[in-house]
Amino acid sequence: MSVVALTPDYEKHIEFRDLEKNFHGNRVVYLHWEQHLSFCSAIAFPLPPSMPFAAFVEAIVKPHYAAHPDFQRIDWSQVVWMIDDEKKTPDMDKSLEENGVKHKSLVRFWTPGLEGYKGSAS
Amino acid sequence: MTAKKLGLKQRYAHMTRGLDWETSYQPIDKVFPYDQFEGIKIKDWSAWEDPFRLTMDAYWKFQAEKERKLYAVLDAFAQNNGQTGISDGRYMNVVKLFLTGVSPLEYQAHRGFAYAGRHLRGVGPRVAAQMQSLDELRHVQTQIHTISHYNKFFDGIGEFQHMHDRVWYLSVPKSFFDDARSAGPFEYMIAIGFAFEYVLTNLLFVPFMSGAAYNGDMSTVTFGFSAQSDESRHMTLGIEVIKFLLEQHPDNLPIVQKWVDKWFWRGHRVLGLVAMMMDYMLPKPVMSWKEAWEIYFTEAGGALFQDLARYGLRPPKYADIATAEAEHISHQNWAIFYQYTHAAAFHTWLPDAKHMDWLSEKYPNTFDKYYRPRFEMWGQMAKEGKRFYNMALPQLCQTCQIPMGYTEPGDPTTICFRRTQFRGETYHFCSDGCKDIFDNEPEKYVQAWLPVHQIFQGNCGGATIPDVLAYYRMNVGADNMDYVGSPDEKLWNEWQADKIKTAV
Repeated sequence: MSVVALTPDYEKHIEFRDLEKNFHGNRVVYLHWEQHLSFCSAIAFPLPPSMPFAAFVEAIVKPHYAAHPDFQRIDWSQVVWMIDDEKKTPDMDKSLEENGVKHKSLVRFWTPGLEGYKGSAS
Repeated sequence: MTAKKLGLKQRYAHMTRGLDWETSYQPIDKVFPYDQFEGIKIKDWSAWEDPFRLTMDAYWKFQAEKERKLYAVLDAFAQNNGQTGISDGRYMNVVKLFLTGVSPLEYQAHRGFAYAGRHLRGVGPRVAAQMQSLDELRHVQTQIHTISHYNKFFDGIGEFQHMHDRVWYLSVPKSFFDDARSAGPFEYMIAIGFAFEYVLTNLLFVPFMSGAAYNGDMSTVTFGFSAQSDESRHMTLGIEVIKFLLEQHPDNLPIVQKWVDKWFWRGHRVLGLVAMMMDYMLPKPVMSWKEAWEIYFTEAGGALFQDLARYGLRPPKYADIATAEAEHISHQNWAIFYQYTHAAAFHTWLPDAKHMDWLSEKYPNTFDKYYRPRFEMWGQMAKEGKRFYNMALPQLCQTCQIPMGYTEPGDPTTICFRRTQFRGETYHFCSDGCKDIFDNEPEKYVQAWLPVHQIFQGNCGGATIPDVLAYYRMNVGADNMDYVGSPDEKLWNEWQADKIKTAV
C-alpha cells in the first residue's frame, strides 16, 4: 500500500467510486475530436456496451460536434479513429465492446484536412 | 517597587509554553495519535520558534481594531450605494467566483488548522495553528458580510455554501482542501501553510485585490486589507513549519519534498481560476496572469527556494511546466466556462476587440495564433444566432477534477492525455503532475467524487441538465448564461441611465 494512513487496514475500506457496476448497465466512454479545441476537452457519455459503433457515430458523435463550422465538411470515410492509444478502423456493425471500447475508454478521432477555424486547431 | 515589565520574548514564553500537560494515566502517544504516522521525526518540539510571538491578549486587541475599521467601511459602502460605483456590472462575476470558490476554503482552512492545533504535541506550533484557525474563521465571516451587500442586487451569490458542495467546477477548490484535510497534520501544514499560503497565495491576494481596487470594489479591497496582515503571519507559519521539519531530522527531507511537489502542483491547478479572473473577468485589467506569475512565482518563489536550498529542498517538480502554462491557462479556462455557461453560477462573455488587443499585447507569442481565432469564431457564431455551447459533459482529471482541457507542454494544439491503471481500473489525468499525485497514493484518489461520473450514476438530482441545475439550486436564467441579456446587465444599465439623468 502506497498511501500513508493512520489506520493500518485503510486499504480494506477504500471505495472505488467509479466502477462500471455503478453506472446502471452503461460504461463511461470519452470522446474527442482532435484539432478542434473549441470543444474544450474530451466529452463523456454513459453508453451501453452493446451499442453498435455506427449508432455511436450517428447518435453521439455527430450531434455533439455539429455546431462547429468544420462539421459539414467532414468526410466520414476518411476519419482516423483511435481507441485507447491504438489507431483502429472500427467495424461499424459491431458493438462498442467488440470494437474494444472498455469502461472509461478514450475514443479520439482525426478529420484529415480539417484543422479547426482558420487552421488554428480551434 | 513595581514589578519589572516582561520583554516581548519572555511574555510570549509565559503565554505559550507550559500550557500543555504531562500525561499520568495515559501514554502521550494516545493523546497525540496523529503526529507520527506520516513518518516525520521530531527530536525537540521546543526548538519551534514562532517569529510573530503573538499572544492571545494581543491577538484579540489587534483583531478587534481591524474589525472596527472593516465594518465602518462596509457601513459607509452600503449607505453610499457603493455597488453602483464599480467599473462595470461584469466585474461582479469575479466576486461571485470568489465567494463560491474561495470563501468556503477559508472555512475549510479554519477546520484544518483547528485539527492541526489539537494534534501537534508541541505547544508552540499548536498555539500558532490555533491562532491561524481563528483568523481563517474571521476571514470567511468578513468575506460573507462584505459580499452580502452585493447579494441584495446581483444574482448567483445566495446559495454559495450549498453550491460549494455540489457544483461541478467548485469540486476543484473543494477537493483541494478535502485532500489536505484528510491528510496527516504535517502534510496539512505543508499543503496549506507552505504551498498554498506561502508559495501561491500572493497570486491570489495581491493581484486580485489590486484588480478589485482598480475596478472600484472598495468593499472587497477592505476585507483584503483586513486579511492581509493575517496572511503574512500565516506565510511565516508556513515557512517556519518547513524549516522546523527540515532541521529536526534528515529523514524528513524526502517526505517534505514529496509534499511540496504535490501541493505546488495542486495549488497551481486551483489558481488557474484566478488566472481567468485576472485576464478575462476584470473589465479593467491590471496585469496579466503571466506577469503575475513571473513576479510572484518565478521571482519571489525562486528566491524562497534559493533560501531553502541549504536544507536540501529543491524547487517543486514541474515548476517549469507550470511556468510554461502561464501562457495558456487563463485562455483555456475561460473557454471552458464560456461553453459551459449554462451550468455555471456566474456570467460569461467574449472579450471585445479592445480587450483582445490587450491580450495580444500581453501574450504576443500565443494569443493571436491560438486563442483569438477561437473567440472570433464564437463571436461570429453568436452574431448568426448560434451561440456556441458544449452540450455534453466534459472528461475530468481524476486528481484536480478540472475538465481535461489543458494542452501538451510545447504543443498548444493537442490535448494532454495521461492515464494509469490501478487494480484493473483506468484513470485519466490532465498532466504528468496530476498523474504523479495519483500514482503516489492511488488508494486515496480512486475515491474522488467526480461530478460528471456522479451525475451519470444518478447521484445529482436526475439525468437532465434542469435536474442537475435544480440540485445545485441554481436560479436558471438569472445566475447562469451570458452576461449580455442577464438581469444583472439590465440592472446595471438602469443604474447607468440614472446616473446620466442626474447629471443632465
